[in-house]
Amino acid sequence: MSETAPIRPGSWRPKRGGAAVGDHVFKWLTLVMALAVFALIGAIGWQLAVGSREAMSRFGWHFLVSTDWDPRRQEFGALPFIYGTLVSSAIALLIAVPISIAAALFLTELAPPWLRQPVITLIELLAAVPSVILGFWGLSVMAPWLGQHVYPHLQAALGFLPIFRGAISPYCTLSAGLILAIMVIPIVTSVSREILRSVPGLQREAAYALGATRWEVTRIAVLSYAKRGLFGAVILGLGRALGETMAVTMVIGNSAQIVASLFGSGQTLSSEIANEFGEALPGTVFLSTLFELGLVLLGVTLVVNALAQLVLKTFAGPTAKQRP
Amino acid sequence: MNTIMIDRGEMDTGASPAEPPLSGQAPPSTPALQSLPPSSSTAPALSVKDLCVYFGPNQVLRSVSLEVPARAVTAIIGPSGCGKSTFLRSLNRMHDLVPSARVEGEVKLFGQDIYGPGVEAVLVRRRVGMVFQKSNPFPTMSVSDNVTVGLRLNGLRRRALLAERMEQSLVMAALWDEVKDRLNAPAISLSGGQQQRLCIARALAVQPEVLLMDEPASALDPLATAKIEDLILSLKKDYTIVIVTHNMQQAARVSDFTAFFYLGELIEYDTTSKIFTSPSQKRTEDYVTGRFG
Repeated sequence: MSETAPIRPGSWRPKRGGAAVGDHVFKWLTLVMALAVFALIGAIGWQLAVGSREAMSRFGWHFLVSTDWDPRRQEFGALPFIYGTLVSSAIALLIAVPISIAAALFLTELAPPWLRQPVITLIELLAAVPSVILGFWGLSVMAPWLGQHVYPHLQAALGFLPIFRGAISPYCTLSAGLILAIMVIPIVTSVSREILRSVPGLQREAAYALGATRWEVTRIAVLSYAKRGLFGAVILGLGRALGETMAVTMVIGNSAQIVASLFGSGQTLSSEIANEFGEALPGTVFLSTLFELGLVLLGVTLVVNALAQLVLKTFAGPTAKQRP
Repeated sequence: MNTIMIDRGEMDTGASPAEPPLSGQAPPSTPALQSLPPSSSTAPALSVKDLCVYFGPNQVLRSVSLEVPARAVTAIIGPSGCGKSTFLRSLNRMHDLVPSARVEGEVKLFGQDIYGPGVEAVLVRRRVGMVFQKSNPFPTMSVSDNVTVGLRLNGLRRRALLAERMEQSLVMAALWDEVKDRLNAPAISLSGGQQQRLCIARALAVQPEVLLMDEPASALDPLATAKIEDLILSLKKDYTIVIVTHNMQQAARVSDFTAFFYLGELIEYDTTSKIFTSPSQKRTEDYVTGRFG
């Protein structure tokens, strides 16, 4: 104790070198991790391309626009699956986005505290339901019920639209869209909630101080501030919808066709791969086409995301971020 | 004995605040206060009586009573945590937004109790505007949209009228010359001081009767602060302004009346010159001379 020197300015010189080394390690480590993401996508794309080489050389670009899919007759066209993927995802977003954003707004702006946490927990639980379980529920409960009690009424009311015409199958594109919506809602809601929570209280107060009502505050201070982030949440949901496989397989009807009616059965890229992969023997053209479907799915996802970024740049206006 | 010089700088000596504030908390032994003529010419803009504010179990304001004269600047000073912001926010019912907050007492805005039954907070806030410590323009809106947003909320749609009001408000906020060439630029492209004046213009555009300012210059550099202070002085011929400030020189420069809060109580309320030259309370004197706080 007596050896302790009194505290004086500059009397303590800690022996620590290598501060710069630590920062270097930090910088390179994070850089490598960030690049690993690119490497991963590249590797996946490369593997899929190698696997689908035979199909590509045999069918060329025709593969993307052909609607014929008959493995026994060696006819392969991906268009029905591209169509099914895009349409079922679009339905999912159309249903899920308003619900999710409304739910997130309710949770951040309106819900009394005692209700907030239970609802959040329930939504997170929904996100944790494995897709095969949700698919099984869709297969055995949701789709039959909808086919019997909802779709006929929908057709009666909106049958003048081509998308609601024709024979009703409970296992159809609309059912797939609905099950996808259920799967997309938790993720979009959770992310939207975080984004709405990040809107500064000062923004809300600014609107309240102008005599804005709660809805007006939400509109001018909250939603406009958060719109970019909310768009990102929707894109995240879209990514999930485009790639989702098991639940869709179980309710979409699994037929490689393009029909205008949402009550007709269809098929998505991922669902077709999952269905047929066990049937395809190694070294066959059939297997190669399934690889190419995977490549197409990767491409569709990238294109949709790129389009989304473009939309965001064009329409979202100035960012809510502070100026540089 | 009853001549108290109210140093109002360049202010005209006409109709403006001739009456002194009537402080419920000021001790009756203050001779100057009693000898002044009672308020007669104009009614007070705000009349606060026995105002208590609680956050959960904590009482933050303890039975505050004071009258804010119309068309004058009233400064609220006091050390951090004394309740001055809480007081300010109770004048336009901002506490309604905090679930745990409870307000008791009476706040009359030109005679009408804003906490009375059937009075909507939204309508109160349309009459009592507010400027915050940190400038908070709407970042996704342009400069002009920020100014007109309050008008558009209240149903004003005519473009010509909106443009006219926008210009008037920006001129009043001493910002027009600096932004007239970039009205469509995003609000956040302005400097910090300009953003704060934009917020003042936004508040002025809806023509409030009272303007509350919560340390409006505390995040600004001295030049921007001087602009805000000039602006406050020019606004008071039309507006009733209540300003919370940490900066006592600022209170002395811009205000006509000053209220000193300490630990949730109103310690003293008088003309600014009196508070800063010969306060009647020891604690006020200690605070304004920098002995504590």
